[in-house]
Amino acid sequence: MTSGTQTMNKNTILNVEHLSMRFGGLMAINDLSFQVKRGDITALIGPNGAGKTTVFNCITGFYKPTMGMITLTQRGGGQYLLERLSDFEITKQAKVARTFQNIRLFGGLTVLENLLVAQHNKLMKASGYTVMGLLGLGSYKREAEAAIETARQWLERADLIDRADDPAGDLSYGAQRRLEIARAMCTGPELLCLDEPAAGLNPKESLALNVLLNGIRDETGTSILLIEHDMSVVMEISDHVVVLEYGQKISDGTPDHVKNDPKVIAAYLGVEDDEVEEVIHEELDGSAH
Amino acid sequence: MANSPVTTSEDSSGLMAKAIKEGLFAGLLAFGMFLLYVGIETYQNIDNKLVWRTRWGLLAIFVIASALGRFLVVGFIKPHIDRRKLAKAKAGIPEISSEKGFFHTHFLKIALVALVLYPPLAIMLSGVQGSLKFVDNFGIQILIYVMLAWGLNVVVGLAGLLDLGYVAFYAVGAYSYALLSDQFGLSFWILLPLAGILAAFWGIILGFPVLRLRGDYLAIVTLAFGEIIRLVLMNWTEVTGGTAGISGIAKASVFGIYSFDVGAPNNFAKAFGLPMSSAYYKIFLFYVILGLCMLTAYVTMKLRRMPIGRAWEALREDEIACRSLGIDTVKTKLTAFAIGAMFGGFAGSFFAARQGFVSPESFVFLESAVILAVVVLGGMGSLTGIAVAAIVMVGGTELLREMEFLKHVFGDDFTPELYRMLIFGLAMVVVMLFKPRGFVGSREPTAFLKERKAVSGSFTKEGHG
Repeated sequence: MTSGTQTMNKNTILNVEHLSMRFGGLMAINDLSFQVKRGDITALIGPNGAGKTTVFNCITGFYKPTMGMITLTQRGGGQYLLERLSDFEITKQAKVARTFQNIRLFGGLTVLENLLVAQHNKLMKASGYTVMGLLGLGSYKREAEAAIETARQWLERADLIDRADDPAGDLSYGAQRRLEIARAMCTGPELLCLDEPAAGLNPKESLALNVLLNGIRDETGTSILLIEHDMSVVMEISDHVVVLEYGQKISDGTPDHVKNDPKVIAAYLGVEDDEVEEVIHEELDGSAH
Repeated sequence: MANSPVTTSEDSSGLMAKAIKEGLFAGLLAFGMFLLYVGIETYQNIDNKLVWRTRWGLLAIFVIASALGRFLVVGFIKPHIDRRKLAKAKAGIPEISSEKGFFHTHFLKIALVALVLYPPLAIMLSGVQGSLKFVDNFGIQILIYVMLAWGLNVVVGLAGLLDLGYVAFYAVGAYSYALLSDQFGLSFWILLPLAGILAAFWGIILGFPVLRLRGDYLAIVTLAFGEIIRLVLMNWTEVTGGTAGISGIAKASVFGIYSFDVGAPNNFAKAFGLPMSSAYYKIFLFYVILGLCMLTAYVTMKLRRMPIGRAWEALREDEIACRSLGIDTVKTKLTAFAIGAMFGGFAGSFFAARQGFVSPESFVFLESAVILAVVVLGGMGSLTGIAVAAIVMVGGTELLREMEFLKHVFGDDFTPELYRMLIFGLAMVVVMLFKPRGFVGSREPTAFLKERKAVSGSFTKEGHG
């Protein structure tokens, strides 16, 4: 507890403290604490079933954590306890946006409409909660044009500008991934949570994704938290890596530090058969003593 | 090339054999199906005994019609369509032409002009008294359903929430007008918006408990709500008059300037020196419901281009994604329910003013089912498709009453209205086979960068609660 609060300073955007999530008898996350620094790309990695997506669902309000505290500090200094907000309020007030492991686009809406739906709250206010906009009063018309302009910028950045008027369900897999990220960015987030953004992408698309994410970090100053299996993406773009196994943190640090951590190598990156035996022996010895 | 004539003759003889076989099979199937429905008729004699008689002639007509129909489809119509398709493919003409005709591009304007000119045309063709049937039975009846279906379209077509109890809001609107005009003598033009507001209020009351439900569960609860409203109307005799309903409801007036009451000094017919007829009131009502329909269409189209309308459609596509974008889905669903209910309330108060009589019998589940069928048949979300579907469904059933000539075919005791539901169901099955997404399956995008391209129905979802 104390270590978490002590190191927390202005540069920490997200502070996860003693987070636990229990599903019946299964402890999906067990006493997890980590921090996300502002302006960093932080990667959350770990073998299948380590609880990465559960952590995401806790941060974005889709699950209510059994225990723990998740604090988000905004640029202006405003603080939000995410475990107390419901999922849509986390995006609306705390400015945390997310994407999904299995892409969730509005397939029957066009690419542009997808990005306009993401600007819902801003536009609702501008349209006087529909009443003023229906009567043609207020600033709705101007704001609607501004929203289309914002969408156009993100379409250009995600290299989707030529497909703007096509249905989102018609896009290729890689393009859908980029659109989902662009849509999340259209909510104007301070923290962007990406659940396996590189899954199912070919090397070329994977490279384009790296460029897009680096661009988001450097140009908008949005902090990024991502779950990823693709090590080339993780090692290349992340500034900070947190490794989970069985719902617990086993390593935390720079990509280089994590890459050379024997625990991580054993748990995640894969080891030779005899090496595993070695590790097991060591552990047995350790527990025996 | 040399043996091609031989193969075609072989083909055609094989085809004929297949057609005859399938025709016979269809006849057999029809015999099995209609033996009990059509072949045997039960009725009560004077002693109240249930007796039955056979109708072999009618059954034979049904069986022969299906056998012959199947034979013609397999033997001639299908090969003809295939040949035409093949010829087109060879000529390199694409199946879907992007060019639209004059009629297609100006469809809405033409339809509106036709509707405005409809009553004068009916008077010209069949006289003032004769026009009553066309204006009232066809015009007003269809337009009421168009309005109801457009209202339900907001809930089912846009927001993707399956509402099986929509008729409840229609009932709330009708009884609001009937009771408030009866008790307080308020005029139609004050009570019309009030009935809409009251219905919207009930929409919100219904919405609160049920909106955490999804899919089938939501459908069942809305169905129950529709029945609850009807049962309350039926049993709360002191207020609603029970099954007897409320009669003698005040007529609407031309904004209080002219009245349609026979005894009133400012009677419309008297003021213009016209012969007394109820047709003027019906023609006036026709324009009122036309105006209400236009209002519904205008508001719906406008709302679709606003954030709330986009949120409805996004909700239909993916609710979880909506929440991840910071959209309060509960409020969004509630507004959809309230606005859909409001249009139902408008239509209800209009219905009460037109009939002059309301009773719970007008608000049975079948009405909800018909309105929902119109929405689904028209293509969820499409205003044009729904209007066409309303004309086909409601106009079609009205038309059945006019089919006197069928009596000459099937005998004098044949009443076409009784086959209404059979034909109704058959028509729905046929339409769903050939147009599974309804008459208009594609959706118009609400915003575009370069060009407005319709989104094919294969991408849109129906919603899941």
